[in-house]
Amino acid sequence: MSVIEVKELTKYYGKARGIIDVSFKVDEGEIFGFIGPNGAGKSTTIRLFLSLIYPTSGDAKIFGKDCIKFGPEIRQDIGYLPSEVFYYEGMKVLDLLKYSASFYKKDCTERLHELADLMELDLKRRIDDLSYGNKKKVGIVQGLLHSPKLIILDEPTAGLDPLMQQNFFNLIREENQRGATVFFSSHILGEVQRLCNRVAIIKEGRVIKLQDIKSLQKDNYKKIRIAAENLDEKTFDFPGVTNLFREDGILSFFYKGDINQITQAISGMKLQDVVIEEPTLEEIFIHYYE
Amino acid sequence: MNIFIHEVKSYLKSVGIWSVAIFLIILIYFSAFNAVAVEAAELEEMLSSFPDELLIAFGMNDMDFTSLLGFFGVVFLFCQICLAIQASNYGISLVSIEERELTADFLLPKPVGRGKILTAKLLAAFTALTVTNLTVWASSFIVISLNRDGRAFDVRTLALILSTIVLFQLFFLSAGIILSLLMKRVRSVIPLSMALSFGMYILNIFGTMLGEDKLEIISPFRHFDPNYILAHGSYDLPLVMISVAVIVIAIPASYALYQKRNIAAAV
Repeated sequence: MSVIEVKELTKYYGKARGIIDVSFKVDEGEIFGFIGPNGAGKSTTIRLFLSLIYPTSGDAKIFGKDCIKFGPEIRQDIGYLPSEVFYYEGMKVLDLLKYSASFYKKDCTERLHELADLMELDLKRRIDDLSYGNKKKVGIVQGLLHSPKLIILDEPTAGLDPLMQQNFFNLIREENQRGATVFFSSHILGEVQRLCNRVAIIKEGRVIKLQDIKSLQKDNYKKIRIAAENLDEKTFDFPGVTNLFREDGILSFFYKGDINQITQAISGMKLQDVVIEEPTLEEIFIHYYE
Repeated sequence: MNIFIHEVKSYLKSVGIWSVAIFLIILIYFSAFNAVAVEAAELEEMLSSFPDELLIAFGMNDMDFTSLLGFFGVVFLFCQICLAIQASNYGISLVSIEERELTADFLLPKPVGRGKILTAKLLAAFTALTVTNLTVWASSFIVISLNRDGRAFDVRTLALILSTIVLFQLFFLSAGIILSLLMKRVRSVIPLSMALSFGMYILNIFGTMLGEDKLEIISPFRHFDPNYILAHGSYDLPLVMISVAVIVIAIPASYALYQKRNIAAAV
């Protein structure tokens, strides 16, 4: 069964583009990545799911029901973590979480405390006094305390330290094993690759690629920089190498293919430095989707 | 119900401040009554040397300083200004607060429809305004009784004046809501609510000064003018109906606008 089913969803803000003709499906039990640079339309799509905004045309179904007509009903089973978290002035963490829990039919008290312990969140503090990262934790607990069937995450890791990110990813995996479907929006390719089964790539309002993560990893580009004596561009003149250029004695290029070919090619060199890294999503967009 | 309770809690401080302020205004103003009433003749002579426009601006143009209620009419105008600002504040920030403080992303994804949210918020604001309303009632009766010094006053007329508060508050509450929903984004509430409440006040003064009654016809300060009620012992019913009409139109329209509204994202 499809948990999310989006058909030709389009949203314009006046004349400004939100998203155009977005269609995809998310199956039950999936962790679905939604990646794209800032301003691509990720948040717009999510806000349409939650009927914070209304589509210009097209429709979105969640749990098989139109997400506007049956909004309050389907939201009983959705947990949402917004990218920016701001809460009511003067409230204590526990009061806010209890307020959040009061919207759901089930009793969430136990889960609330479990999650707060897991995220090392101090429930007695005032939200105003919390750091950005700690506010984010409040957002996580708030989004998950009712054990939702669909978890929607909008750039959830910003502001969390690496250890907390790890905790958070484990938590999401657990929720997923419990049966929850996860919709994970991010502009960081790495974290999407770590967590997701399938991804949609969105750019300038359109979904330009829909792929399972294994095949995305197959055409996984590496960004390589080499500093060595007697560097010669011709050494790397083989298929899979693109955007080769030389600057200040450092050779940079993108590579897609068997990584052993690269290690063989550089094995004979007297290297000063070598860097093999993931290109940023922006770089992928710039070089391969234009 | 949970939204209602949450909202009412958030009004506690504000209602406390407004209620104390209005009580103090009435108390301090009336403490001068006995002195003024004794020397009413001299005072009236002095006031008659002031320009009419000034007297109109403070609602003192045809005031009777020797009667308790005549004296009350002026302080009631000050109360009305406070009530107008308070109700406009609540109206304008009622739903716009979620967009301004970015809590819309918390509240609206909850399993509750916008109609229910608006109803809960409206009832909470109305509850808060009613507490202030009751404070004005209590303050008026207590302070007048303390300062009456054996003089009689017509309880019915006083009750008639105080009964206007409900509609007066609802006018500014509903006008505030509709105003905030007609705007794409409300960046700050105070300038808007000042413009709404003082705008209506000034409209009424200008109308009286110029002898025109075209502009002020939309001002609730005119619809619920205490001096009219004092002079006639009844409401100026056709004008009261204008306020009622504004409320009756603005509230359903607010529901319609809020249901369709695209909630602005965090910037």
